[in-house]
Amino acid sequence: MIKKKISRRNLFKAGAGVALGSGMITGFPAVHAGEEKVLRYLGTAVNQADAISKKLFDDTGIKIEYISATTDDVTKRVITQPNSFDILDTEYFSLKKLVPSGNILGLDAKKIKEFDNITPIFTKGELPSGKKIGDQGTAPKKVMFLEAADSTTFAKEPTQWVTLIPTVYNADTLGIRPDLIKRPITSWAELLNPEFKGKASILNIPSIGIMDAAMVVEAIGKYKYPDKGNMTKEEIDMTMAVMTEAKKSGQFRAFWKDFNESVNLMSSGETVIQSMWSPAVTKVRSMGIACTFQPLKEGYRSWASGFCVSKATTGPKLDIAYEFVNWFLSGFAGAYLNRQGYYSAVLPTAKAAMEPYEWAYWMDGKPAEKDIKAPDGTLLEKAGAVRDGGSYDDRMGNVACWNAVMDENDYMVRKWNEFIAA
Amino acid sequence: MMFIFAVFFILPLCFVVIVSFWDYNEYEMIPSFTTRGYYESFEGCLTKLPELCTMLATYVKTVKLCLIVWLFTFLIGFTVAYFLAFHVRSKTWQIALSLLCTIPFWTSNVIRMIAWIPLLGRNGLVNNGLIDLGITQQPVEWLLYSEFSICLALVHLFTFFMIVPIFNSMMRIDRRLLEAAYDAGASDWQTLWNIIIPLCKPGIVIGSIFVITIVMGDFITIGVMGGQQVAAAGKIIETRLNALQFPAAAANAVMLLGITFLIIVMLNRLVDIRKEL
Repeated sequence: MIKKKISRRNLFKAGAGVALGSGMITGFPAVHAGEEKVLRYLGTAVNQADAISKKLFDDTGIKIEYISATTDDVTKRVITQPNSFDILDTEYFSLKKLVPSGNILGLDAKKIKEFDNITPIFTKGELPSGKKIGDQGTAPKKVMFLEAADSTTFAKEPTQWVTLIPTVYNADTLGIRPDLIKRPITSWAELLNPEFKGKASILNIPSIGIMDAAMVVEAIGKYKYPDKGNMTKEEIDMTMAVMTEAKKSGQFRAFWKDFNESVNLMSSGETVIQSMWSPAVTKVRSMGIACTFQPLKEGYRSWASGFCVSKATTGPKLDIAYEFVNWFLSGFAGAYLNRQGYYSAVLPTAKAAMEPYEWAYWMDGKPAEKDIKAPDGTLLEKAGAVRDGGSYDDRMGNVACWNAVMDENDYMVRKWNEFIAA
Repeated sequence: MMFIFAVFFILPLCFVVIVSFWDYNEYEMIPSFTTRGYYESFEGCLTKLPELCTMLATYVKTVKLCLIVWLFTFLIGFTVAYFLAFHVRSKTWQIALSLLCTIPFWTSNVIRMIAWIPLLGRNGLVNNGLIDLGITQQPVEWLLYSEFSICLALVHLFTFFMIVPIFNSMMRIDRRLLEAAYDAGASDWQTLWNIIIPLCKPGIVIGSIFVITIVMGDFITIGVMGGQQVAAAGKIIETRLNALQFPAAAANAVMLLGITFLIIVMLNRLVDIRKEL
């Protein structure tokens, strides 16, 4: 052991010598090379924008190496290769799988500068105005805190140890083609309306699709779940039976799994009503095709994601991770996300980084004073347009449930396969 | 060679079989012996009779798709190979035309899939054509996201795997045999049936193995062209994997492997490839 230490020290010296030598030749200080701040960032491509990593590097000198994968593959990677990343960008519902595996580090809330400014949706399940919102499913407050830094069980009350620092969230609903439907749509029940036979679609991701199915079952008045996000086996059977019957009668044109598939289905007119994600609606609209992210009376299905840190991240690397998370909540990134139609977890800093007219359109639900542009400068809406669903309080205030991993997840996945095969 | 085979094929396969007998929970595999991965897969197969359970229905559908695709790739592949081998005289043309057959592989899988929508979709070329010609009033819905579109895409993709081995077999046929048959007064059909087909058997079997193994395991093409609404054996494995249920996925993989292996053994019974080569 001792011998090894000595040899390693010698190696360091030699390395420093070389670095110093090269520094003298090129004129750059050699210390820089040793201090390069790099973070490996694993997540879906949704939040991995070049504009964000560039600004981050300019502000803090942290270099981000993006590793992008699908939602399912991200989870797989955390379970099987926890050493392959430092920062993880994932959704709250995945935590039910990730935290018990012991591969996630509890973060110290005291080191997060804006922690007290994080919207109470996450910490208490209510709007900043104090209004309680729906918490069926894996609502963030249920899985946000750990009992201790190295614990693998969730705390019931807020503690100092945080599983996932929220960054972005939204309220999802059905997307429709108003030009082809030609009448108002107000309920999730319309998804199974025979009027749209062969023109409807849902997601083929069980954790999300089952929630949409549950919204429909409640909307048609068939059943009221005690908790949609945690069904019993009988409830799963009943929900899938309703969907199977619809599938057999040819209600669905196709199921989609990938963002672009949903855009294609909608823009080509193959479907006129389907579950959808906000940026997909924006994309269809930017093609010049009418598409509405339709608010419905039963409410929204919500989701939220944020940053975890791998258990393998320690020492100086962990400090860099904290620095990165703090930077992300400091305004630029939040404003960037808000301009895409998502919501930032820390609203005051995002507000400071946005123009007042942008804030009025995206957050207050007011008619746009000027043309609304995406972060990359493409025109999204002309002046005068109003956001679908209106203000932040109208949209997030009407959340009915959250994407979920249920206790009976294994059974649900099997039933989902049965549904696909039916 | 044996070493590579052992490390990259036999060993992983053993792992799959071992894991298929493990237990699992939401986030990890538990290395204890259980047949849960298997019996849960066959849930309802006895109680639901005479209705088919998920597993049987899925396999019936997969095998059915497989047979249809095999039949069409064989008919088209054989015809194309016959044309290339016996009607195209010059080597240059044979090579040029064979290369044309690879065109479906020039684009990525995803682009090829998306390209079917403007063609077969509700407002696609085919439907618009049919309506303009007055053949139908309403767009035809079964052109896309149906078994028809799956078969079409698979045949389009994999006919090439039939053409190559059959063409190869045909080129080995001694032309003097054909001339002898002609001199003996055999008609074209008799020559085809009694000389060419028997001598092409190894090519046909090899092509069939390619097509059957690919189609049995496919879930991407079936997923995209079937609008994710058509079950496939591979699709079940994928869903299980995505839910982190590795042992259940492994159990399904072992079953799929077994069934595909059985089909190949049966084909081998028909023709002893090793002897024929």
